[in-house]
Amino acid sequence: MALNLDSKIPSGPIEQKWDKAKFDMKLVNPSNKRKYNVIVVGSGLAGGAAAASMGELGYNVKCFCFQDSPRRAHSIAAQGGVNAAKSYPNDGDSIYRLFYDTIKGGDFRAREADVWRLAQVSNNIIDQCVAQGVPFAREYGGVLANRSFGGAQVSRTFYARGQTGQQLLLGAYQALERQIDAGTVKMFYRSEMLDLIVIDGRARGIITRDLVTGAVDVHVADAVVLGTGGYGNAFFLSTNAKGCNTTAIWRAYKKGAGFGNPCFTQIHPTCIPQSGDYQSKLTLMSESLRNDGRIWVPKKKNDTRPANTIPEDERDYYLERRYPAFGNLCPRDIASRAAKICCDEGYGVGPGGKGVYLDFAESIGRLGRKTIEERYGNLFEIYERITGDDPYAEPMRIYPAVHYTMGGLWVDYNLQSTIPGLFVLGEANFSDHGANRLGASALMQGLADGYFVIPYTMGNYLAQVKPGGVDANHPECRAAKDAVDARTKKFLSIQGKKTVDEIHRELGKVMWEDCGMARNAAGLDRAIKRIPEIREEFWNNVKIPGSGAELNQSLERAGRVADFLELGELMCRDARTREESCGGHFREEYQTPEGEALRDDEKFCHAAVWEYQGDNKEPVRNIEPLAFEHVHLAQRNYK
Amino acid sequence: MKIILNIWRQKNATSAGKMVRYEMPNVSEHMSFLEMIDVLNEELTKKGEDPVAFEHDCREGICGCCGFMIDGIPHGPQRGTTVCQLHMRHYKDGDEVWLEPFRAKAFPVIKDLMVDRSAFDRIISSGGYISINTGSAPDGNNLPVIKKCSDQAMDSASCIGCGACVASCPNASASLFVSAKITHLGQLPQGQAERDRRAMRMVLKMTEEGFGYCTNTGECEAVCPKGIKIENIARMHRDYIKASVLYREESKAGGAG
Ligand SMILES: Cc1cc2nc3c(=O)[nH]c(=O)nc-3n(C[C@H](O)[C@H](O)[C@H](O)COP(=O)(O)OP(=O)(O)OC[C@H]3O[C@@H](n4cnc5c(N)ncnc54)[C@H](O)[C@@H]3O)c2cc1C
Ligand code: SF4
Ligand code: FES
Repeated sequence: MALNLDSKIPSGPIEQKWDKAKFDMKLVNPSNKRKYNVIVVGSGLAGGAAAASMGELGYNVKCFCFQDSPRRAHSIAAQGGVNAAKSYPNDGDSIYRLFYDTIKGGDFRAREADVWRLAQVSNNIIDQCVAQGVPFAREYGGVLANRSFGGAQVSRTFYARGQTGQQLLLGAYQALERQIDAGTVKMFYRSEMLDLIVIDGRARGIITRDLVTGAVDVHVADAVVLGTGGYGNAFFLSTNAKGCNTTAIWRAYKKGAGFGNPCFTQIHPTCIPQSGDYQSKLTLMSESLRNDGRIWVPKKKNDTRPANTIPEDERDYYLERRYPAFGNLCPRDIASRAAKICCDEGYGVGPGGKGVYLDFAESIGRLGRKTIEERYGNLFEIYERITGDDPYAEPMRIYPAVHYTMGGLWVDYNLQSTIPGLFVLGEANFSDHGANRLGASALMQGLADGYFVIPYTMGNYLAQVKPGGVDANHPECRAAKDAVDARTKKFLSIQGKKTVDEIHRELGKVMWEDCGMARNAAGLDRAIKRIPEIREEFWNNVKIPGSGAELNQSLERAGRVADFLELGELMCRDARTREESCGGHFREEYQTPEGEALRDDEKFCHAAVWEYQGDNKEPVRNIEPLAFEHVHLAQRNYK
Repeated sequence: MKIILNIWRQKNATSAGKMVRYEMPNVSEHMSFLEMIDVLNEELTKKGEDPVAFEHDCREGICGCCGFMIDGIPHGPQRGTTVCQLHMRHYKDGDEVWLEPFRAKAFPVIKDLMVDRSAFDRIISSGGYISINTGSAPDGNNLPVIKKCSDQAMDSASCIGCGACVASCPNASASLFVSAKITHLGQLPQGQAERDRRAMRMVLKMTEEGFGYCTNTGECEAVCPKGIKIENIARMHRDYIKASVLYREESKAGGAG
């Protein structure tokens, strides 16, 4: 059965679509709202904002997170900022321009109507967060400060020092705690969703495991919202927090939700390179560093001289050379790939030649150490803490790392997946960023989805269904719970020789090599063959100590890795079948003579939406065609 | 280098715990402290033993998950650093270290180095917010905020809720944590309407959750990885005293309509 990919884009001019949609939506009578139960999985910007806002409206909300507190969701780690089209600096920004930049930055693989709405509500986000007490940076006159970020040519980024994600999340968290106090939201922390319950074609609940007691529970509801974040940890090493996982959306995929563009991964250019095999994660250095740092490699291959002894004319400032107009500020995918090319050709620096220099000597000379310290002090400190080197005295070494996943569950304009009653928000869905996300726009999207979209579209859905009608004893609920119990039992019965992390690292290596910054048919075919072998090994040779009836972190990781082992293969299949290059998806076979990404709009101007067919069966690739009426399809040019 | 680890092992909240000694013969100076425990856990797993449970997520000092005692100091010897940001280059060959969970009545041990800090959430829930529903906010620039106040609010808002302040305090007081939130919101014009209520409710909740009183020992400030200042506590006391004189729970009676 093919998936129903009706995008439900409202009719009418693009700038009026959202207002029209809101007006056309059905409403739930205020006194009926508390009769509806809504489950929100995730307490990050997307889930936290959604749970708080729906609680305020009067729905009965249950919210879940796997950490020990909703305030710890991975959104907390975002550094740089959040975009909005306020145009406070009067520098020519507008909703149209933010929309345009996002569509173009995404290399024309996102839906226009959704992106327009994102740009439109971006302004409400700032207002809302200010009102909550988010301490955004301010000018001396007391108004909000803005900066330019991630190569944007206008200053539209709002920020709270280098801790914007933290402050936005604390705003959402406090709103959520307020609703918990008011009794509209019940919070389940240290509670992991392990399956979705679908009854009569509608999402009706979830199965969770209490991570302290091991208790497996059924929660039923009238609708389910997933705001469970991205799946970059499929690569093992990434800038994501250790717990980030795909389990919630993967389980939903296996219950019938279409998975959109799984191969669209963002590799961030400025991260601290790996230092050894024990490495547990990679650390992002905010891309704001590219505002004043110059990126270079030695002109000589395998040059091992200390950076400061390499004379100026023996350095290749390759971004400035290749992209004179944007230079060090070109988009992430382009900067990352350029670094990879340098290192592959033998110009890389540091251990294993896996690094390029990010040099502040020139700007320290021009602006003085004090200014650089004011701008980047905390980032320099992070760098020194991790590497033991002093970036004021010698250039930083950086290398690209997996950072964000644009792909995710397919959703329509109402953020509803292909399973009625299952809504997906934030990084977990596939919308808005196309094949490449611009800096400071994930926070914007998470909050747009959570505060300003789902409260409306959820109401519209609930107004059309009767509340209640199923309980935990329903056969589907029992079956889902039994399946979770059986899986846990299976994990614990294997008692092989390899640890979960060892197998996860193997998967990560395959993904990074064959489905990373540059991909080709041969590599992807190899990976599509290799990943099932690793999966096989996992299910026969993994060793998970302890039991399921207690706190068991190995068991938690095993469940997540088992799902990554399936998702990884789908990512490779998606990358294999998308025979073009676009945004972060670079297929070596499809490039311009200058080595830039070459889209094929004839054949691939669509979202690929994958449909599960059963374990070890090839999934079906459906498509949602994309139409560009307001931004003309053009090759991105940052020269 | 070789490092000797003595780690508190406790199966669950109700069982008794004890120190167990582990030798780590090959620790690289570039490893983080948690990566060293990862390596230990891999070995324990292969030997069929229970790995050491510890809390962590972001591993970059911002989520507030990690935190245990290293040689009696929450987050270990480096100032302004969470455990996850501590690197082994600060240790030398042959060093012996002692790891224990945070100890406080309000933070019961869950397993090994993990404790339950949900009391912090309940304190925030009691009043650590500004009551504004989604969708009803005026334009962000309608309300200028003096830069100095905004900066100070940000200083206090950078608390990560790790609980180190409680663990270091001889009274197991949560005053630094609570006062950081009271100061963050109290510095801003948006936070004024509920300032009395907030102080009143959060301070009472802190006591109710079993945290002790502040006697100004200053240990909390010394161990706080985010440099939250003890002057926040003075501010909290001022707000609380003022509120205990002035504050009344609001009338529930609405206008007839
Ligand atoms: C280092 C870093 C810096 C970044 N900087 C920026 C920036 O400057 N600007 C920007 O716009 N974006 C930035 N991003 C991206 C942005 O932070 C994320 O995309 C965004 O915060 C994701 O929010 P979310 O709400 O979708 O998910 P998350 O914040 O990841 O939240 C996921 C939630 O789901 C829960 N969860 C997950 N799985 C389960 C499960 N199975 N059961 C129960 N609960 C579950 C988690 O507990 C958590 O509460 C950055 C990302 C990283 C990694
Ligand atoms: S005040 Fe400091 S030590 Fe206490 S919880 Fe906050 S960050 Fe941690
Ligand atoms: S793991 Fe997040 S602060 Fe240490």
